[in-house]
Amino acid sequence: MATRVDVTPAAADMMRRLRGQHGPLMFHQSGGCCDGSSPMCYLEGEFRTGQSDVLLESLRIEGVDEPITFWMSAAQFELWKHTHLTVDVVPGRGSGFSLEAPEGVRFLIRSRLLTEEELAELSA
Amino acid sequence: MTVYSAPGTDGAIVSYQSRYDHFIGGEYVAPAKGQYFTNPSPVTGQDFTEIARGTADDVEKALDAAHGAADAWGRTSPAERAVILNKIADRMEANLEKLAVAEAWENGKPVRETLAADLPLAIDHFRYFAGAIRAQEGTAGQLDDDTVAYHFHEPLGVVGQIIPWNFPILMATWKLAPALAAGNAVVLKPAEQTPASIHYLMSLIADLLPPGVLNIVNGFGVEAGKPLASSNRVAKVAFTGETTTGRLIMQYASENLIPVTLELGGKSPNIFFEDVSRADDDFFDKSLEGFAMFALNQGEVCTCPSRALIQQSIYQDFLAAGVKRVENLKQGNPLDTDTQVGAQASNDQLEKILSYLDIGRQEGAKVLTGGARAELPGDLSGGYYVQPTIFEGTNAMRIFQEEIFGPVVSVTSFADYADAIKIANDTLYGLGAGVWTRDINLAYRAGRAIKAGRVWTNSYHTYPAHAAFGGYKQSGIGRENHKMMLDHYQQTKNLLVSYSPKAMGFF
Repeated sequence: MATRVDVTPAAADMMRRLRGQHGPLMFHQSGGCCDGSSPMCYLEGEFRTGQSDVLLESLRIEGVDEPITFWMSAAQFELWKHTHLTVDVVPGRGSGFSLEAPEGVRFLIRSRLLTEEELAELSA
Repeated sequence: MTVYSAPGTDGAIVSYQSRYDHFIGGEYVAPAKGQYFTNPSPVTGQDFTEIARGTADDVEKALDAAHGAADAWGRTSPAERAVILNKIADRMEANLEKLAVAEAWENGKPVRETLAADLPLAIDHFRYFAGAIRAQEGTAGQLDDDTVAYHFHEPLGVVGQIIPWNFPILMATWKLAPALAAGNAVVLKPAEQTPASIHYLMSLIADLLPPGVLNIVNGFGVEAGKPLASSNRVAKVAFTGETTTGRLIMQYASENLIPVTLELGGKSPNIFFEDVSRADDDFFDKSLEGFAMFALNQGEVCTCPSRALIQQSIYQDFLAAGVKRVENLKQGNPLDTDTQVGAQASNDQLEKILSYLDIGRQEGAKVLTGGARAELPGDLSGGYYVQPTIFEGTNAMRIFQEEIFGPVVSVTSFADYADAIKIANDTLYGLGAGVWTRDINLAYRAGRAIKAGRVWTNSYHTYPAHAAFGGYKQSGIGRENHKMMLDHYQQTKNLLVSYSPKAMGFF
């Protein structure tokens, strides 16, 4: 089945660790400068989503009971919707208020173009 | 040419301490939890100091100190505060070279920029607000013969400020100078990527400010920034960063019913109309420099002119000249005064830029120069360097729509004025823009038509204190720079006074 968002094994590991330390998680993809254009990881409900947001995926992570939601503002999604996103993690330092920074890492988005088949499936 | 020695090494003009605590109540205070994190230099990737890892307890202690100091500070005369700001500027000026090297080492930016721009601008900023607060006046409105409305400016009290990492000292100054001038006490959190240079600055100026007026809590955003931004003990939060954190800060502010100023970035268009190529003269040379400005500070500027729009009639020739200009940029050791392009500020920033170079290619954009990590020799091999990169593509591509925050420009063409404005405004953001033309009427019309807070006209990347800076659309709320910033850090007190001895006659 086509997905909009996947995670690398390293990112899934980090999500399990953060889930264990803090509780249920969510992501909101940022735009803009500095730490922008990066996925921000928060406690579920910490960031209030609304009508201006799109839920791209409810990520199923092995070892995490509940799905981890992945959100983006609708305006940004209009510009990103032709691409598939993979949440990865790299050594890093800072990240707005994202939960992983104290671990010495940073979540990062890697992107590829969605195929015609995937786009058809996702829009069905 | 000068190559400065790395701070703390033989021959260095400046050295960092091996550790920095929080600066609270006029002294250095160890973090409540006793934890520290390391701070690497992007120049080499090697750690050079460690920094207190602040938590909510430390923020509370800083807020206690700020509240203890705020009333007395707010009652000082504008003249007294102006004297202090001017002394801060004088100290910085006397130590400009040291500050410039310290900041370059921490951030990775070329010392040529910190010497010529970051530090001189910061110094001037303190002087500007020292002058502005002296000149500021309230008003007295005579409503009728017996009634007068007086309007006084009063400080907000204690404000929280969260500083970005791209100009560690200048961005702190943009927030501090107006806040202190207006009589506020401040709790400031530097970026965790660049927490040290502000402490080097404090080592020069701490004695000038009364204890508690300026407090600095270091740490990670989630551990120290969030308790500050969500505190019900701050009267305002100022933040420079990105959209998701900006929204989160507004959410916290809505819980406390306090104002925010937010500067959240952009995707600034830089428009070159056909008449720039009319002659091969100084102006043409200047416009090519304007094109190459995307590489200033390694592209880590919220107003980076990261979309270049070139009119079709001159497109090929102008772009070829632009590529040549960019290929001549000198990238290397940031502590070498000849270096024009230094290191990205952090490893994750480097990785993010590389991920954009990847999706740019996948979307079909053509790399005209650069397009990869820059591998530098020796000690620099562990640093975070990216080749200045020019992409050619179309405005719907993600590299045209997202702030990469690297030395990367995405170039496309336009047919005519209407097309240029349409492309320029086809973005979620509206922070900066550039317009290049020899036709003053065209320049004026374009400047007014672009939905952005600052339109540089036949110039780019100048940041004088007396020009308002801030965004339209998703680029944020409020402004920085300019004397209008005093309003962002002040309440309005109206005394409505009757000088009549007679009853109103209602009751």
